[in-house]
Amino acid sequence: MTDWQPDADRAVLRERAALFATIREFFARRGVLEVDTPVLGRYGVTDPGIEPLMLAQPDDGAMAGPRFLQTSPEFAMKRLLAAGSGPIYQMGKVFRRGEVGVRHNPEFTLLEWYRPGFSLDALIEEVGDLVAACLGGVQWQQQSYRDLFLETLSIDPLSASDAELALLGRQLAENDEIELTRDGWLDLLMTHAIEPGLRERGAVAVVNYPASQAALARCEEVEGHWVARRFEFYIDGLELANGYDELLDSEELIARAARDNQQRESDGLEHRELDPRLVAAMNHRLPACSGVALGVDRLLMRRLTATSISGVMPFSWERA
Amino acid sequence: MANYSTNEFKSGLKVMLDGEPCSILENEFVKPGKGQAFNRVRLRNLKTGRVWERTFKSGESLEGADVMDMTMEYLYNDGEFWFFMEPNTYEQHQADQAAVGDTGKWLKEQDPCEVTLYNGTPLSVSPPNFVELEIVETDPGLKGDTAQGGSKPATLSTGAVVRVPLFISQGEVIRVDTRSGEYVARASKS
Repeated sequence: MTDWQPDADRAVLRERAALFATIREFFARRGVLEVDTPVLGRYGVTDPGIEPLMLAQPDDGAMAGPRFLQTSPEFAMKRLLAAGSGPIYQMGKVFRRGEVGVRHNPEFTLLEWYRPGFSLDALIEEVGDLVAACLGGVQWQQQSYRDLFLETLSIDPLSASDAELALLGRQLAENDEIELTRDGWLDLLMTHAIEPGLRERGAVAVVNYPASQAALARCEEVEGHWVARRFEFYIDGLELANGYDELLDSEELIARAARDNQQRESDGLEHRELDPRLVAAMNHRLPACSGVALGVDRLLMRRLTATSISGVMPFSWERA
Repeated sequence: MANYSTNEFKSGLKVMLDGEPCSILENEFVKPGKGQAFNRVRLRNLKTGRVWERTFKSGESLEGADVMDMTMEYLYNDGEFWFFMEPNTYEQHQADQAAVGDTGKWLKEQDPCEVTLYNGTPLSVSPPNFVELEIVETDPGLKGDTAQGGSKPATLSTGAVVRVPLFISQGEVIRVDTRSGEYVARASKS
Protein backbone atom coordinates (compact mmCIF):
# COMPACT_ATOMS: atom_id res chain seq x y z
CA MET A 1 0.00 0.00 0.00
CA THR A 2 1.51 3.32 -1.08
CA ASP A 3 -1.44 5.67 -0.73
CA TRP A 4 -0.60 6.36 2.92
CA GLN A 5 1.92 8.79 1.47
CA PRO A 6 1.08 12.48 1.11
CA ASP A 7 0.24 14.08 -2.24
CA ALA A 8 2.46 17.06 -1.45
CA ASP A 9 6.19 16.68 -0.89
CA ARG A 10 8.14 18.62 1.75
CA ALA A 11 8.94 21.52 -0.59
CA VAL A 12 5.22 21.96 -1.29
CA LEU A 13 4.37 21.79 2.43
CA ARG A 14 6.88 24.57 3.09
CA GLU A 15 5.41 26.69 0.27
CA ARG A 16 1.95 26.08 1.65
CA ALA A 17 2.97 27.23 5.11
CA ALA A 18 4.77 30.26 3.65
CA LEU A 19 1.63 31.21 1.71
CA PHE A 20 -0.51 31.01 4.87
CA ALA A 21 2.03 33.21 6.66
CA THR A 22 2.04 35.77 3.81
CA ILE A 23 -1.75 35.97 3.86
CA ARG A 24 -1.93 36.45 7.64
CA GLU A 25 0.78 39.10 7.51
CA PHE A 26 -1.04 40.90 4.70
CA PHE A 27 -4.21 41.22 6.77
CA ALA A 28 -2.43 41.97 10.04
CA ARG A 29 -0.74 44.95 8.35
CA ARG A 30 -4.05 46.21 7.07
CA GLY A 31 -5.79 45.89 10.42
CA VAL A 32 -8.20 43.14 9.33
CA LEU A 33 -9.12 40.83 12.20
CA GLU A 34 -8.78 37.07 11.86
CA VAL A 35 -11.90 35.16 12.95
CA ASP A 36 -12.88 31.49 13.01
CA THR A 37 -16.55 30.66 12.74
CA PRO A 38 -18.09 27.17 13.05
CA VAL A 39 -17.40 24.61 10.35
CA LEU A 40 -20.54 22.67 11.28
CA GLY A 41 -23.62 24.87 11.02
CA ARG A 42 -27.31 24.36 11.48
CA TYR A 43 -28.13 25.72 7.99
CA GLY A 44 -26.80 25.19 4.51
CA VAL A 45 -26.95 27.58 1.56
CA THR A 46 -29.99 27.79 -0.70
CA ASP A 47 -27.83 28.16 -3.86
CA PRO A 48 -28.90 25.43 -6.32
CA GLY A 49 -25.32 25.15 -7.61
CA ILE A 50 -23.75 24.31 -4.27
CA GLU A 51 -24.39 21.13 -2.30
CA PRO A 52 -23.17 20.72 1.26
CA LEU A 53 -22.00 17.58 3.03
CA MET A 54 -24.27 16.82 5.95
CA LEU A 55 -24.05 15.11 9.29
CA ALA A 56 -27.39 13.49 9.98
CA GLN A 57 -27.00 13.02 13.75
CA PRO A 58 -24.11 14.98 15.20
CA ASP A 59 -25.59 15.01 18.70
CA ASP A 60 -28.20 12.94 20.53
CA GLY A 61 -29.10 15.63 23.03
CA ALA A 62 -31.20 18.75 22.84
CA MET A 63 -29.20 19.96 19.83
CA ALA A 64 -30.15 16.92 17.75
CA GLY A 65 -30.85 17.40 14.05
CA PRO A 66 -28.74 17.56 10.94
CA ARG A 67 -25.76 19.87 10.65
CA PHE A 68 -24.11 21.12 7.52
CA LEU A 69 -20.40 21.31 6.86
CA GLN A 70 -20.10 24.91 5.72
CA THR A 71 -19.64 25.58 2.01
CA SER A 72 -18.36 29.05 2.92
CA PRO A 73 -18.23 30.99 6.22
CA GLU A 74 -20.28 33.79 4.66
CA PHE A 75 -23.38 33.68 6.87
CA ALA A 76 -21.53 33.51 10.17
CA MET A 77 -19.13 36.25 9.10
CA LYS A 78 -22.03 38.51 8.12
CA ARG A 79 -23.49 37.97 11.58
CA LEU A 80 -20.18 39.14 13.05
CA LEU A 81 -20.24 42.20 10.78
CA ALA A 82 -23.79 43.02 11.85
CA ALA A 83 -22.64 42.80 15.47
CA GLY A 84 -19.99 45.43 14.74
CA SER A 85 -16.84 43.36 14.18
CA GLY A 86 -15.34 45.74 11.64
CA PRO A 87 -13.14 44.31 8.84
CA ILE A 88 -12.61 40.54 9.26
CA TYR A 89 -11.01 37.64 7.45
CA GLN A 90 -11.08 33.90 7.86
CA MET A 91 -8.91 31.19 6.36
CA GLY A 92 -10.30 27.73 6.89
CA LYS A 93 -11.66 24.52 5.48
CA VAL A 94 -14.95 24.45 3.59
CA PHE A 95 -16.72 21.52 1.95
CA ARG A 96 -18.64 21.12 -1.30
CA ARG A 97 -20.21 17.86 -2.22
CA GLY A 98 -19.40 16.27 -5.57
CA GLU A 99 -16.76 18.78 -6.65
CA VAL A 100 -13.80 16.64 -7.66
CA GLY A 101 -11.47 17.42 -10.54
CA VAL A 102 -8.07 18.85 -11.41
CA ARG A 103 -9.16 22.24 -10.00
CA HIS A 104 -11.66 21.00 -7.40
CA ASN A 105 -11.43 19.06 -4.15
CA PRO A 106 -14.54 18.59 -1.98
CA GLU A 107 -12.61 19.84 1.07
CA PHE A 108 -10.51 22.92 0.41
CA THR A 109 -9.05 25.98 2.08
CA LEU A 110 -11.01 29.17 1.54
CA LEU A 111 -9.89 32.67 2.41
CA GLU A 112 -12.87 34.94 2.89
CA TRP A 113 -12.81 38.57 3.92
CA TYR A 114 -15.20 41.49 4.39
CA ARG A 115 -14.48 45.18 4.17
CA PRO A 116 -17.10 47.56 5.61
CA GLY A 117 -17.17 50.78 3.62
CA PHE A 118 -15.24 49.33 0.63
CA SER A 119 -16.66 49.70 -2.87
CA LEU A 120 -16.43 46.69 -5.17
CA ASP A 121 -13.59 48.41 -7.07
CA ALA A 122 -11.66 49.01 -3.85
CA LEU A 123 -12.01 45.34 -2.95
CA ILE A 124 -10.86 44.21 -6.41
CA GLU A 125 -7.82 46.43 -5.88
CA GLU A 126 -7.14 44.69 -2.57
CA VAL A 127 -7.51 41.24 -4.16
CA GLY A 128 -4.94 42.36 -6.74
CA ASP A 129 -2.62 43.49 -3.92
CA LEU A 130 -2.99 40.21 -2.04
CA VAL A 131 -2.38 38.14 -5.18
CA ALA A 132 0.69 40.29 -5.93
CA ALA A 133 1.96 39.74 -2.38
CA CYS A 134 1.57 35.98 -2.83
CA LEU A 135 2.70 35.55 -6.43
CA GLY A 136 4.94 38.52 -7.07
CA GLY A 137 4.04 41.47 -9.33
CA VAL A 138 0.68 40.87 -10.94
CA GLN A 139 -0.89 43.32 -13.38
CA TRP A 140 -4.61 42.87 -13.55
CA GLN A 141 -7.30 44.38 -15.71
CA GLN A 142 -11.02 44.70 -15.28
CA GLN A 143 -13.57 43.66 -17.89
CA SER A 144 -17.32 43.35 -17.78
CA TYR A 145 -19.00 39.98 -18.18
CA ARG A 146 -20.97 41.42 -21.08
CA ASP A 147 -17.94 42.77 -22.96
CA LEU A 148 -16.13 39.47 -22.50
CA PHE A 149 -19.01 37.55 -24.09
CA LEU A 150 -19.32 40.10 -26.91
CA GLU A 151 -15.59 39.98 -27.58
CA THR A 152 -15.19 36.19 -27.38
CA LEU A 153 -18.48 34.89 -28.73
CA SER A 154 -20.16 37.91 -30.36
CA ILE A 155 -23.21 37.30 -28.22
CA ASP A 156 -24.79 39.63 -25.66
CA PRO A 157 -25.33 37.59 -22.49
CA LEU A 158 -27.81 40.11 -21.13
CA SER A 159 -30.09 40.43 -24.16
CA ALA A 160 -29.64 37.25 -26.25
CA SER A 161 -32.68 34.97 -26.28
CA ASP A 162 -32.60 31.63 -24.43
CA ALA A 163 -32.79 29.91 -27.83
CA GLU A 164 -29.68 31.71 -29.10
CA LEU A 165 -27.75 30.77 -25.97
CA ALA A 166 -28.96 27.16 -26.23
CA LEU A 167 -27.93 26.88 -29.88
CA LEU A 168 -24.40 28.04 -29.13
CA GLY A 169 -24.26 26.01 -25.91
CA ARG A 170 -25.25 22.76 -27.63
CA GLN A 171 -22.54 23.32 -30.24
CA LEU A 172 -19.90 23.86 -27.58
CA ALA A 173 -21.11 20.87 -25.56
CA GLU A 174 -21.25 18.73 -28.73
CA ASN A 175 -24.43 17.42 -27.20
CA ASP A 176 -27.82 18.06 -28.85
CA GLU A 177 -29.75 16.62 -25.94
CA ILE A 178 -28.43 18.74 -23.09
CA GLU A 179 -31.16 20.81 -21.40
CA LEU A 180 -30.28 23.77 -19.22
CA THR A 181 -31.76 26.88 -17.71
CA ARG A 182 -30.76 30.29 -19.07
CA ASP A 183 -28.10 30.59 -16.37
CA GLY A 184 -26.98 27.04 -17.14
CA TRP A 185 -26.37 28.02 -20.77
CA LEU A 186 -24.44 31.10 -19.65
CA ASP A 187 -22.35 28.89 -17.34
CA LEU A 188 -21.71 26.50 -20.21
CA LEU A 189 -20.49 29.34 -22.46
CA MET A 190 -18.40 30.66 -19.55
CA THR A 191 -16.65 27.35 -18.84
CA HIS A 192 -16.30 26.17 -22.44
CA ALA A 193 -15.41 29.34 -24.32
CA ILE A 194 -14.82 32.35 -22.07
CA GLU A 195 -12.54 30.77 -19.45
CA PRO A 196 -10.34 29.07 -22.09
CA GLY A 197 -10.07 32.50 -23.76
CA LEU A 198 -8.78 33.96 -20.48
CA ARG A 199 -5.84 31.51 -20.36
CA GLU A 200 -3.57 33.88 -22.26
CA ARG A 201 -4.78 37.03 -20.54
CA GLY A 202 -3.03 37.05 -17.17
CA ALA A 203 -5.06 38.45 -14.28
CA VAL A 204 -8.58 39.61 -15.14
CA ALA A 205 -11.36 40.72 -12.82
CA VAL A 206 -14.65 39.95 -14.57
CA VAL A 207 -17.35 42.30 -13.23
CA ASN A 208 -21.07 42.95 -13.45
CA TYR A 209 -22.72 39.55 -13.79
CA PRO A 210 -26.27 38.95 -15.03
CA ALA A 211 -28.71 39.84 -12.25
CA SER A 212 -29.97 36.23 -12.27
CA GLN A 213 -26.50 35.21 -11.05
CA ALA A 214 -26.34 37.78 -8.27
CA ALA A 215 -26.19 35.19 -5.43
CA LEU A 216 -25.74 37.58 -2.47
CA ALA A 217 -24.50 40.59 -4.42
CA ARG A 218 -26.38 43.84 -4.78
CA CYS A 219 -27.86 44.64 -8.19
CA GLU A 220 -27.83 48.01 -9.91
CA GLU A 221 -28.17 49.56 -13.33
CA VAL A 222 -24.87 49.90 -15.18
CA GLU A 223 -24.86 51.38 -18.70
CA GLY A 224 -28.54 50.68 -19.11
CA HIS A 225 -28.41 47.07 -17.88
CA TRP A 226 -29.53 45.70 -14.55
CA VAL A 227 -26.52 43.70 -13.34
CA ALA A 228 -25.14 42.09 -10.21
CA ARG A 229 -22.24 44.01 -8.64
CA ARG A 230 -20.12 40.91 -8.44
CA PHE A 231 -16.66 39.93 -9.71
CA GLU A 232 -14.62 36.84 -10.38
CA PHE A 233 -10.86 37.18 -10.28
CA TYR A 234 -9.11 34.99 -12.85
CA ILE A 235 -5.45 34.28 -13.46
CA ASP A 236 -4.78 32.74 -16.86
CA GLY A 237 -8.30 31.30 -16.93
CA LEU A 238 -8.10 29.83 -13.42
CA GLU A 239 -10.88 31.24 -11.25
CA LEU A 240 -9.34 32.35 -7.97
CA ALA A 241 -11.87 34.52 -6.18
CA ASN A 242 -15.51 35.53 -6.18
CA GLY A 243 -16.53 38.85 -4.64
CA TYR A 244 -19.68 40.88 -4.02
CA ASP A 245 -20.83 44.33 -3.23
CA GLU A 246 -22.90 42.72 -0.50
CA LEU A 247 -26.66 42.60 -0.53
CA LEU A 248 -28.00 44.41 2.57
CA ASP A 249 -31.74 44.10 2.01
CA SER A 250 -33.21 41.15 3.93
CA GLU A 251 -36.47 41.15 1.94
CA GLU A 252 -34.52 40.75 -1.27
CA LEU A 253 -32.51 37.97 0.42
CA ILE A 254 -35.73 36.13 1.28
CA ALA A 255 -37.04 36.56 -2.27
CA ARG A 256 -33.81 35.20 -3.76
CA ALA A 257 -33.81 32.22 -1.39
CA ALA A 258 -37.37 31.43 -2.49
CA ARG A 259 -36.27 31.54 -6.16
CA ASP A 260 -33.29 29.30 -5.30
CA ASN A 261 -35.64 26.79 -3.75
CA GLN A 262 -37.96 26.85 -6.77
CA GLN A 263 -34.95 26.06 -8.92
CA ARG A 264 -33.81 23.37 -6.47
CA GLU A 265 -37.24 21.77 -6.67
CA SER A 266 -37.23 21.70 -10.48
CA ASP A 267 -33.69 20.23 -10.37
CA GLY A 268 -34.92 17.51 -8.01
CA LEU A 269 -32.79 18.83 -5.14
CA GLU A 270 -33.75 19.01 -1.48
CA HIS A 271 -35.36 22.17 -0.13
CA ARG A 272 -32.99 24.28 1.98
CA GLU A 273 -34.29 26.60 4.62
CA LEU A 274 -32.73 30.06 4.62
CA ASP A 275 -30.74 30.68 7.80
CA PRO A 276 -33.13 32.87 9.90
CA ARG A 277 -30.18 34.19 11.92
CA LEU A 278 -28.68 35.70 8.76
CA VAL A 279 -32.03 37.37 8.04
CA ALA A 280 -32.18 38.66 11.61
CA ALA A 281 -28.61 39.98 11.41
CA MET A 282 -29.41 41.78 8.14
CA ASN A 283 -32.56 43.20 9.71
CA HIS A 284 -30.49 44.46 12.62
CA ARG A 285 -28.02 46.21 10.30
CA LEU A 286 -25.40 44.72 8.08
CA PRO A 287 -22.98 47.57 7.31
CA ALA A 288 -22.46 48.47 3.67
CA CYS A 289 -19.52 46.29 2.70
CA SER A 290 -17.80 44.28 0.02
CA GLY A 291 -16.66 40.72 0.56
CA VAL A 292 -14.73 38.08 -1.34
CA ALA A 293 -13.83 34.40 -1.10
CA LEU A 294 -10.55 33.16 -2.56
CA GLY A 295 -9.40 29.58 -3.14
CA VAL A 296 -6.09 29.29 -1.31
CA ASP A 297 -5.18 25.92 -2.84
CA ARG A 298 -5.62 27.41 -6.30
CA LEU A 299 -3.46 30.37 -5.34
CA LEU A 300 -0.79 27.86 -4.32
CA MET A 301 -1.26 26.03 -7.63
CA ARG A 302 -0.39 29.29 -9.38
CA ARG A 303 2.56 29.94 -7.10
CA LEU A 304 3.98 26.49 -7.86
CA THR A 305 2.64 26.28 -11.45
CA ALA A 306 0.99 23.00 -10.44
CA THR A 307 -1.51 21.56 -12.90
CA SER A 308 -3.62 19.68 -10.36
CA ILE A 309 -5.06 20.79 -7.02
CA SER A 310 -4.24 17.43 -5.46
CA GLY A 311 -0.53 18.14 -5.88
CA VAL A 312 -0.65 21.15 -3.54
CA MET A 313 -2.56 19.45 -0.70
CA PRO A 314 -1.06 17.25 2.00
CA PHE A 315 -3.78 14.70 1.26
CA SER A 316 -6.33 15.15 -1.51
CA TRP A 317 -9.84 13.66 -1.45
CA GLU A 318 -8.56 10.33 -2.81
CA ARG A 319 -6.13 9.88 0.07
CA ALA A 320 -7.99 11.69 2.84
CA MET B 1 -26.41 -3.06 -17.53
CA ALA B 2 -25.91 -0.63 -14.70
CA ASN B 3 -26.07 3.12 -15.20
CA TYR B 4 -23.03 5.22 -14.40
CA SER B 5 -23.26 8.80 -13.18
CA THR B 6 -20.75 11.42 -14.40
CA ASN B 7 -18.96 11.27 -11.03
CA GLU B 8 -18.25 7.57 -11.66
CA PHE B 9 -16.81 8.20 -15.13
CA LYS B 10 -13.19 7.24 -15.31
CA SER B 11 -10.74 6.22 -17.97
CA GLY B 12 -11.55 2.76 -19.31
CA LEU B 13 -15.23 2.69 -18.29
CA LYS B 14 -17.40 1.33 -21.11
CA VAL B 15 -20.69 3.16 -21.70
CA MET B 16 -23.37 3.46 -24.37
CA LEU B 17 -23.59 6.78 -26.20
CA ASP B 18 -25.95 7.37 -29.14
CA GLY B 19 -26.49 3.61 -29.22
CA GLU B 20 -22.79 2.88 -29.69
CA PRO B 21 -20.41 1.25 -27.22
CA CYS B 22 -17.72 3.69 -26.10
CA SER B 23 -14.73 3.68 -23.80
CA ILE B 24 -14.14 6.76 -21.66
CA LEU B 25 -10.71 8.30 -22.20
CA GLU B 26 -10.91 11.41 -20.03
CA ASN B 27 -13.42 13.07 -17.71
CA GLU B 28 -12.90 16.72 -16.74
CA PHE B 29 -15.05 18.38 -14.06
CA VAL B 30 -15.69 22.05 -14.80
CA LYS B 31 -17.72 24.50 -12.77
CA PRO B 32 -17.88 28.25 -12.65
CA GLY B 33 -17.51 29.81 -9.19
CA LYS B 34 -21.26 29.74 -8.75
CA GLY B 35 -23.61 27.78 -10.91
CA GLN B 36 -23.95 24.73 -13.06
CA ALA B 37 -21.29 22.00 -12.95
CA PHE B 38 -20.37 20.08 -16.09
CA ASN B 39 -18.33 17.07 -17.07
CA ARG B 40 -16.41 17.38 -20.32
CA VAL B 41 -15.85 13.83 -21.45
CA ARG B 42 -13.69 12.33 -24.20
CA LEU B 43 -14.79 8.90 -25.37
CA ARG B 44 -13.65 6.47 -28.01
CA ASN B 45 -16.35 4.85 -30.09
CA LEU B 46 -15.32 1.21 -29.92
CA LYS B 47 -16.94 0.39 -33.26
CA THR B 48 -15.37 3.11 -35.37
CA GLY B 49 -12.37 4.07 -33.24
CA ARG B 50 -13.41 7.72 -33.52
CA VAL B 51 -12.92 9.97 -30.51
CA TRP B 52 -15.93 11.97 -29.36
CA GLU B 53 -16.00 14.91 -27.00
CA ARG B 54 -19.18 15.59 -25.16
CA THR B 55 -20.31 17.73 -22.25
CA PHE B 56 -22.84 16.47 -19.72
CA LYS B 57 -24.52 18.15 -16.79
CA SER B 58 -22.84 16.79 -13.69
CA GLY B 59 -24.99 14.07 -12.19
CA GLU B 60 -26.38 12.82 -15.52
CA SER B 61 -25.79 9.17 -16.26
CA LEU B 62 -25.11 6.82 -19.13
CA GLU B 63 -25.94 3.16 -19.49
CA GLY B 64 -22.97 0.82 -19.14
CA ALA B 65 -21.94 -1.09 -22.28
CA ASP B 66 -21.67 -4.88 -22.17
CA VAL B 67 -18.08 -4.87 -23.38
CA MET B 68 -15.43 -7.36 -22.31
CA ASP B 69 -11.83 -7.95 -23.34
CA MET B 70 -10.73 -11.59 -23.50
CA THR B 71 -7.63 -13.39 -24.70
CA MET B 72 -8.59 -16.00 -27.31
CA GLU B 73 -6.78 -18.32 -29.67
CA TYR B 74 -7.05 -17.50 -33.36
CA LEU B 75 -8.22 -20.61 -35.24
CA TYR B 76 -8.72 -19.93 -38.95
CA ASN B 77 -10.32 -17.75 -41.58
CA ASP B 78 -12.98 -19.23 -43.89
CA GLY B 79 -12.79 -16.43 -46.43
CA GLU B 80 -15.56 -14.44 -44.80
CA PHE B 81 -15.09 -14.76 -41.04
CA TRP B 82 -12.20 -15.13 -38.64
CA PHE B 83 -12.74 -17.71 -35.91
CA PHE B 84 -11.45 -17.40 -32.33
CA MET B 85 -11.71 -19.78 -29.39
CA GLU B 86 -11.96 -19.13 -25.65
CA PRO B 87 -9.11 -21.16 -24.11
CA ASN B 88 -11.09 -22.31 -21.06
CA THR B 89 -14.49 -23.15 -22.51
CA TYR B 90 -13.42 -23.89 -26.12
CA GLU B 91 -16.35 -21.70 -27.14
CA GLN B 92 -15.84 -20.30 -30.63
CA HIS B 93 -16.59 -16.77 -31.83
CA GLN B 94 -16.69 -15.53 -35.40
CA ALA B 95 -15.50 -12.03 -36.19
CA ASP B 96 -16.33 -10.21 -39.39
CA GLN B 97 -14.16 -7.90 -41.49
CA ALA B 98 -15.39 -4.81 -39.63
CA ALA B 99 -14.22 -6.25 -36.29
CA VAL B 100 -10.90 -7.62 -37.55
CA GLY B 101 -10.04 -4.68 -39.79
CA ASP B 102 -6.32 -4.23 -40.34
CA THR B 103 -5.46 -6.78 -37.68
CA GLY B 104 -6.16 -9.62 -40.15
CA LYS B 105 -2.74 -9.29 -41.71
CA TRP B 106 -1.03 -10.26 -38.44
CA LEU B 107 -3.21 -13.23 -37.50
CA LYS B 108 -1.42 -16.57 -37.42
CA GLU B 109 -3.23 -19.70 -36.45
CA GLN B 110 -2.96 -20.60 -32.73
CA ASP B 111 -1.65 -17.15 -31.75
CA PRO B 112 -3.30 -15.59 -28.67
CA CYS B 113 -5.26 -12.42 -29.51
CA GLU B 114 -7.15 -9.85 -27.48
CA VAL B 115 -10.79 -9.99 -28.58
CA THR B 116 -13.21 -7.29 -27.42
CA LEU B 117 -16.72 -8.69 -27.12
CA TYR B 118 -19.77 -6.45 -27.25
CA ASN B 119 -23.00 -8.21 -26.23
CA GLY B 120 -21.06 -11.44 -26.74
CA THR B 121 -19.98 -10.66 -30.34
CA PRO B 122 -16.44 -9.67 -31.37
CA LEU B 123 -16.24 -5.91 -31.79
CA SER B 124 -12.51 -5.62 -32.36
CA VAL B 125 -9.42 -7.80 -32.35
CA SER B 126 -5.88 -6.87 -31.31
CA PRO B 127 -2.97 -9.06 -32.39
CA PRO B 128 -0.14 -9.98 -30.01
CA ASN B 129 2.48 -7.19 -29.84
CA PHE B 130 4.99 -9.47 -31.55
CA VAL B 131 4.27 -12.16 -34.14
CA GLU B 132 6.59 -14.58 -35.93
CA LEU B 133 5.77 -15.05 -39.59
CA GLU B 134 7.38 -16.70 -42.60
CA ILE B 135 8.54 -14.69 -45.60
CA VAL B 136 6.84 -16.06 -48.69
CA GLU B 137 8.30 -13.57 -51.12
CA THR B 138 11.23 -11.15 -51.23
CA ASP B 139 14.00 -10.23 -53.67
CA PRO B 140 17.33 -11.99 -53.12
CA GLY B 141 19.66 -9.78 -51.09
CA LEU B 142 22.59 -8.09 -52.85
CA LYS B 143 26.08 -8.81 -51.58
CA GLY B 144 27.89 -6.10 -49.68
CA ASP B 145 24.80 -4.03 -48.93
CA THR B 146 24.41 -5.15 -45.33
CA ALA B 147 26.74 -2.47 -43.99
CA GLN B 148 24.54 0.28 -45.41
CA GLY B 149 21.61 -1.04 -43.45
CA GLY B 150 19.41 -0.93 -46.54
CA SER B 151 16.02 -2.61 -46.61
CA LYS B 152 13.59 -4.23 -49.04
CA PRO B 153 9.92 -5.23 -48.95
CA ALA B 154 9.00 -8.76 -47.93
CA THR B 155 5.58 -10.41 -48.16
CA LEU B 156 4.68 -12.59 -45.18
CA SER B 157 2.54 -15.73 -45.05
CA THR B 158 -0.46 -13.69 -43.84
CA GLY B 159 -0.20 -11.22 -46.72
CA ALA B 160 1.36 -8.43 -44.67
CA VAL B 161 4.24 -6.56 -46.30
CA VAL B 162 7.08 -5.32 -44.08
CA ARG B 163 10.51 -3.87 -44.79
CA VAL B 164 13.35 -6.24 -43.89
CA PRO B 165 17.16 -5.96 -44.03
CA LEU B 166 18.74 -6.99 -47.33
CA PHE B 167 20.35 -10.11 -45.86
CA ILE B 168 17.00 -11.72 -45.05
CA SER B 169 15.82 -14.27 -47.59
CA GLN B 170 12.64 -15.95 -48.68
CA GLY B 171 11.55 -18.84 -46.44
CA GLU B 172 12.96 -17.32 -43.27
CA VAL B 173 10.76 -16.67 -40.21
CA ILE B 174 10.98 -13.16 -38.79
CA ARG B 175 9.69 -11.40 -35.68
CA VAL B 176 7.54 -8.30 -36.31
CA ASP B 177 6.22 -5.63 -33.94
CA THR B 178 2.53 -5.38 -34.87
CA ARG B 179 2.13 -1.95 -33.25
CA SER B 180 4.61 -0.31 -35.62
CA GLY B 181 4.50 -2.91 -38.40
CA GLU B 182 8.31 -3.11 -38.26
CA TYR B 183 10.77 -5.97 -38.55
CA VAL B 184 12.46 -6.76 -35.22
CA ALA B 185 14.74 -9.76 -35.76
CA ARG B 186 15.10 -13.16 -37.30
CA ALA B 187 13.05 -15.64 -35.28
CA SER B 188 14.94 -18.48 -33.72
CA LYS B 189 14.01 -21.72 -35.47
CA SER B 190 11.68 -23.74 -33.33
